[in-house]
Amino acid sequence: MNTILQDIIDYGPTLLGGLKISLALTGLSLLFGTVFALVFALGITSRNTALRWTSTFFVEVGRGAPALVLLQLMYYGLPNASITLTAFASATLALTWTAAAYMAEYIRGGLAAVPGGEIEGAQALGMSHADTLRFVIIPQGLRIALPALMGFAVLLFQATSLAYSVAVPELMSQAYSAGSSSFKYLNLFIIAGAIYAAISIPATWLSVGAEKHLAKHL
Amino acid sequence: MDILKAIALGLPMTLLVTAVSLGIGSLVALPLLAGLRSGRTAVRFLTRAVIDILRGIPPIVWLFILFYGISVGTFKLSAFWAGVIGLGVVAGAYLTEIFRGALGAVNAGQWEASEALGLDRFTLWTRIIGPQGLRVAIPGFTTYGIGLLKDSSVVSTIGVAEIVYLTQQNARMSGQGIVVYFIAAAIYIMLSMPLGMLSRNLDIKMRKAVAR
Repeated sequence: MNTILQDIIDYGPTLLGGLKISLALTGLSLLFGTVFALVFALGITSRNTALRWTSTFFVEVGRGAPALVLLQLMYYGLPNASITLTAFASATLALTWTAAAYMAEYIRGGLAAVPGGEIEGAQALGMSHADTLRFVIIPQGLRIALPALMGFAVLLFQATSLAYSVAVPELMSQAYSAGSSSFKYLNLFIIAGAIYAAISIPATWLSVGAEKHLAKHL
Repeated sequence: MDILKAIALGLPMTLLVTAVSLGIGSLVALPLLAGLRSGRTAVRFLTRAVIDILRGIPPIVWLFILFYGISVGTFKLSAFWAGVIGLGVVAGAYLTEIFRGALGAVNAGQWEASEALGLDRFTLWTRIIGPQGLRVAIPGFTTYGIGLLKDSSVVSTIGVAEIVYLTQQNARMSGQGIVVYFIAAAIYIMLSMPLGMLSRNLDIKMRKAVAR
C-alpha cells in the first residue's frame, strides 16, 4: 500500500498531464462530432441523393468499423496518400468520425421524437422549412437526445485510451511508458484506471440524472 | 486479393475472442444480477459499485492490468486469456444491465401466477421467468455482441493475432496503409450487418413468445 501511495506521488503529475490530453481529445471530438452528427442526421433523411449517400457512407463506416481501425487508418494509412497528420490530429479525426456516426443515430432519434403538433404549429404560423428546423425541431430534438449524448460522451472519453496505439501522449500512453521504465506496471495501470473511473462514474450518474429529469419534464 | 487473404486469417481469432468474452461475460453477469436483486442493501450497494467500476475503466486498461500487471511467481496470463478475461468482465457488467432490464419486462402477472400456483423458486426461474426473460434479452444481448466484435480489436494491443493485429503488420509491410485498413473496416462491417439482421428477425419471432 505504501508503494502505491509513493507511486501516486511520483507519477501523479505525469499521469494528470496525460489526462489533460485525454480530456482535450474527448472535448474536440465531441464538439466536431456533434456538428457532423447533426449534418449526417439531417443528411440521412434528406431528399438530396448525394447528401443522403455521403451521410449513409460516413455513418455506416463510422459505426461498423472499430474505432481502433479508424485511428490507425488516419495515422498509418493516410501517409500513403501523402497526407501526414500528427498523432493528436489523426486521433481527433478518427474519434470525431466514430462519435459523429454514433451520435447521428441518437440525434436522428431525438429529432424524430419531436411531437408532430410542434411542426404543424410552426407551419400554421407560416414558418419556412429552414426556420422550423432551426427554431423548433433542432433545439427540441437535441434536448431529447441529450441524455444519450451524455452517456456517449463517457464512452468516448474511455475510447480516447485507444489513442495509445498511435502514440498520442494521453493518460494510457503515460501510464504505459511510466510502467515500462519503472516495471511497476500493476500500480501504474491501477492508478490510471482509478483516474478514468473517477471521471467516468460521476459523469455516468450525471447522464442518468439528466434522463430522469427529462422524463419528468417532457 | 493477397491483402484480403492475409487479413482474413485473423477472422477466426476475432470470432473466438468475441465468443469467449461473451461467454465469460454471461457467466459474470449472473452473480452480479443476483447481487442487484438481493434483499440486503449492503449486497446491492456493493454489486452496484463493482458494476460501476467495471464499466468506468476502459477495456484497454483492464487488458493491460491483466497482461502486464499480474504475475504471481512464475504464473502469467497469456495474451489471449488476459484479453478475453478483460473483455469478459467488462461485458459482464454491461450484460447485467441488459438482463436486469429484460427481467423487468416480464409481465408482473407471470410472477403472481407462479406464486399463486405455489411453484418453488427453481421451477419459477427455469420454467417461467428465465425463458421469457431470456427471449426479451436477446436483442440487447446480440447488439452488445456486435459491439463486442468491434471492441475485440483492442486485444491486438497485447499481441493477439486477430484482424487488426494482422492488418497492422500488413500495413507496415505492404506500404498500402489506406487500402489495408479499408479492407479491415469492410470485413468488420460485413460481419456486423448480417448479425444485426439476424438479431432483428429473431427479436420479431421471440416477441410473440412472451406473455404480455
